Formats: sequence, structure tokens, C-alpha cells
Amino acid sequence: MISMTVLYYVAALLFFAVAFFSFNDKRYSSALFWFSYGLIFLLGDFMPPALVGALVVLMALVAGFGGVRGGSYQLLDLQQRLDSVKCLGNKLFIPALMIPVLTVFSALVLVHIQGEGWSLLDPNNATLSALGLAACCAVLAALYLTKEKPQQALQESSRLIEAIGWAFLLPQLLATLGLLFNQAGVGETVSQLTTLYLNLNHPLLAVTCYAIGMALFTVIMGNAFAAFPVITAGIGIPLLVLQHGGDPAIMAAIGMFCGYCGTLLTPMAANFNIVPAALLELPDKNAVIKAQAPTALVLLGVNIVLMYLLMF
Amino acid sequence: MHDISLWPLLGIAVVMLGFLFKFNPVLVVTVAAFATGMAVKMPIHTWLESLGTAFLKTRNLPLILLLPLAVIGLLERHGLREKAQSWIQQIKAATAGRLLLVYLALRESTAAAGLTSLGGHPQMVRPLLSPMAEAAFEQQHQSLPDKIKYKIRAMSAATDNIGLFFGEDIFVAFGAIILMHTFLRESGIETDPLHIALWGIPTAIAAFLIHGSRLLRFDAYLARQLKTELKQQEQRHD
Repeated sequence: MISMTVLYYVAALLFFAVAFFSFNDKRYSSALFWFSYGLIFLLGDFMPPALVGALVVLMALVAGFGGVRGGSYQLLDLQQRLDSVKCLGNKLFIPALMIPVLTVFSALVLVHIQGEGWSLLDPNNATLSALGLAACCAVLAALYLTKEKPQQALQESSRLIEAIGWAFLLPQLLATLGLLFNQAGVGETVSQLTTLYLNLNHPLLAVTCYAIGMALFTVIMGNAFAAFPVITAGIGIPLLVLQHGGDPAIMAAIGMFCGYCGTLLTPMAANFNIVPAALLELPDKNAVIKAQAPTALVLLGVNIVLMYLLMF
Repeated sequence: MHDISLWPLLGIAVVMLGFLFKFNPVLVVTVAAFATGMAVKMPIHTWLESLGTAFLKTRNLPLILLLPLAVIGLLERHGLREKAQSWIQQIKAATAGRLLLVYLALRESTAAAGLTSLGGHPQMVRPLLSPMAEAAFEQQHQSLPDKIKYKIRAMSAATDNIGLFFGEDIFVAFGAIILMHTFLRESGIETDPLHIALWGIPTAIAAFLIHGSRLLRFDAYLARQLKTELKQQEQRHD
């Protein structure tokens, strides 16, 4: 029922709405950007991949040269908002909390609703389809509560999407880059280089190299999952496990956490670091990284000590 | 020994230089993708094809941000932030740092139980957490300059990330554990997934202690920032 295809169509609808509002606002390059984005979600499966690639390049150029500009949306003024708060009270929290609570409930319970050849949620993407279901229910509840028209929901989502702007494209573009890196053999090159140039005879040195390697390669790739196979094959298994006889489960567990320290430090992890800065309307796009850096660096040091003490 | 081709790394160099010189990230990533394709002599049509295929494959990524926005937008229009703020101001002991500390504990422990979708930037941080933290500070100091507001917002987003990252990885059914287990098995090393999850706990505790102690000092830090900010404002008026 709520398959990924349905969610892609919902996304297409939301992007087309943004395109519509920015077109009406005479911001034509923004409209082109959001229309192309919507088109890929709506018809991507039927288009030749090269055409999708060309559309992505077009969007990236529009966004990269500042063509995606935020719009002006009519807000209620403060007095009207306070009146509405007085009238709705704590009920305002209900739709907001419905999203997380219903998502968890659906992913744990409703996912089992299925019959011959159909299921309510997509079992392979349980969390996302649960989130989709929860968001739909929450929109209905919010519309009922605020007595707004459905168009207003589209306008509000467009307002927030435009506040995020080009940063919206970045996580997907980075994941795409990661897949291209794989095709080009970046991982193999790095692991060849590390085995060639690193000769680490002391376990503490080897542990330090593995931990910092995980963090650094995650900073570059923006994703600890991409760094883990490369650095573990290059340094972890040959040096820590085979040469020094360390426990592989401990190496993996703490090694991945070293990667997460890298995730906290890099603009390449856009969905965790750059997108929230845009979403919270921060002028400095690196503000979230700066807030995380002290925790990440101290924790990386602690990880090295923990790995050295626990592994051998 | 010297026949390792360094060309595949060209894209990485582009990314590092691009971010260093603060070009628009979207542009940097596109150029890096192009450079990587050219470096391994990919024909342009093949390059466009792999770009398109990869982009289609990753369409699930924006959904998690996109789907909650309509609800959050509607509720914001009707004063959700203001409501969250007046609610937190009833709690006299609430400060920005303490509120974030409580959130860190909740976020990390629920993520460790596999309930990662209970938090998140679009559905929790923007509509509820950061407005509450901002209001708690304003209640305490009767003032909230933009500079402080941005620091509180950034710390709210950071706290959500840290709670999520170091909580979810000790949940045994989490993707990362499966990934590690599968990769080690393919490399000929047998491990128990439960074992990997359990050995994550010391780091998870360390993450809570480190970030938690920063949050405990966050209020004093903000108070000092406010003092210098107000002093600067006075000087500007003189």
C-alpha cells in the first residue's frame, strides 16, 4: 500500500507545489530547479538514466550558481498566532507528537498487517513507509485542528522547503558521489596506499592509525559506512587482528564509532550537519559542526584509549 | 610497487579544495563527480548514466526530511513554537543546558532501544527543542540576542545528532551492526553481532558523559557570551 513509489509521488507533489509557488513569485530559476526535482521523483523510473543524470547536472548548476532563492510567504502575525495558541492550547502538540509516536507504532505493529501479495507498509523500507503513514495522519489531524484548507498545508511545506533551499539536494548528491567513487575504485586505491606505506609495529600506534583513519576517511566520504570496509580491510584486519591478535568485534564496534566522530566534523555529511543549519535558519552553515567538534575530538581520543585497553 | 594509479583520488582532492575555498557545496560535489569520471576515462554518456542511476537509487534520502514538513509548517503557522516556549517557561528550573541534557539522555536511550524516529531535526529540533531552549534562556536572562539564539540552535541540532549516533549503534538490529558483521564474515572473520553491539556500550557512555558535561557548562558559557554581547552593544551606542 504505502510503497516507496507512493512516497516518491507524494514527494513529487510537494516539489511541484514549491515550483508552482516560486513560478508565481517570478523566481523562474527556482521554479525550474524544484520542477526538475519533482519530475525525477514522478517519472524517474520511466526515464533513461542518462536523462536523469542530465537533469541532475542542470539542477546542480542552477543551485550552484545561486539560482535557488528563498521565497516570501505570508505568515500570520504574532498576535494572530498567540490568539490561535490561546484557542488551541496543548492540542497543538498532538499532531507534532503524532509523527514520532505513530512512526514507531507503525514500524513495530502495523508493519505486520499484510495479506496475499499486499502489505500495508513496505517491509523492506518499514521506517520510511511508517513515517509516510504517520505524516499523512498528522497532516489530517493538523488540518482538522487548525481548520485550514489542504492548499495551506502545501504552502507551509513549500515555505519550509524553500527555507532549506539548495541544501535539500546535497545529501543525495553526496550519496551519488560516494557511489561514483566506488565505481572509480577510490576505496581500493586508499587501502593499497595504507598497506604500502604504513608499517606499524606497536599496537598503540596501529590502533591510533586505525581510529584516525576511520575518522579522516569518514570526513572525506561523509559516511562512516563507506569508510568502514576500506579502512578495516586496509589497516584493521591485517594489522590489528592478524598481526597483533586483537578482538575483531571490539575493533569493529569502536572503529565504527571513530567513523561517527568523523561524521560530526564534516560538511560532507550534509544531512546531519549542513541541512539542519539551513533548516534552523543559521547564517553560518558550519555552525552545527562547530558545536559538535569538541565532543567529537575528545571522544575520538577516548575511543583510541578504549580500543587499546579492551582489544588486547 | 609503484603502479598504484592515484587518478581515482582526484575527486577527493576537488572536494577538499572546494570546501577549503568555500565554494557552493552543490557545485563542488558536481565538479568532483565530473573529475572522478574523467580521471578514470569514463565516457560522458556512461557518466551521465551512472549519475542518473545513483540519483534514482538514493531518492529515499530526502524523504525523511520532506515528509514531516507540511505538519510542522501548519502547526508553526498556528503558534506551535510560541506554545512550546510558554510551556517550558512554566518550569522554573529549566535552562537551555539542562533541557538539552535531558533531551540527550532521552534521545540516546530511545535510539539504543531502536526507536530512532522519536527525534530528528525536522520533527523535533526545529518545532520543539530549539524554541524551548531559546525560551528557557530568555526567561532566565530577559534577553536573547541573535548570536546567542544561533548558538542555542546549533547546540540543539548537535545534541540530536550525538544522541542518535552513539545510541543507535548499540541496538543490535541496527544496519551498522549488520554491515560490520557481514563485512567481517566476508573477510573470513566470524563475530557475534550481539558482541559487536555490546562493545559499543563503553563509547556510548563516554559520548554521554563528554557531551553531557559540555551541556552542563553550556549555561555558564552562554551567560558569558551574553555579557560580552551586551557590552559590545553598549559600546556601539556610545
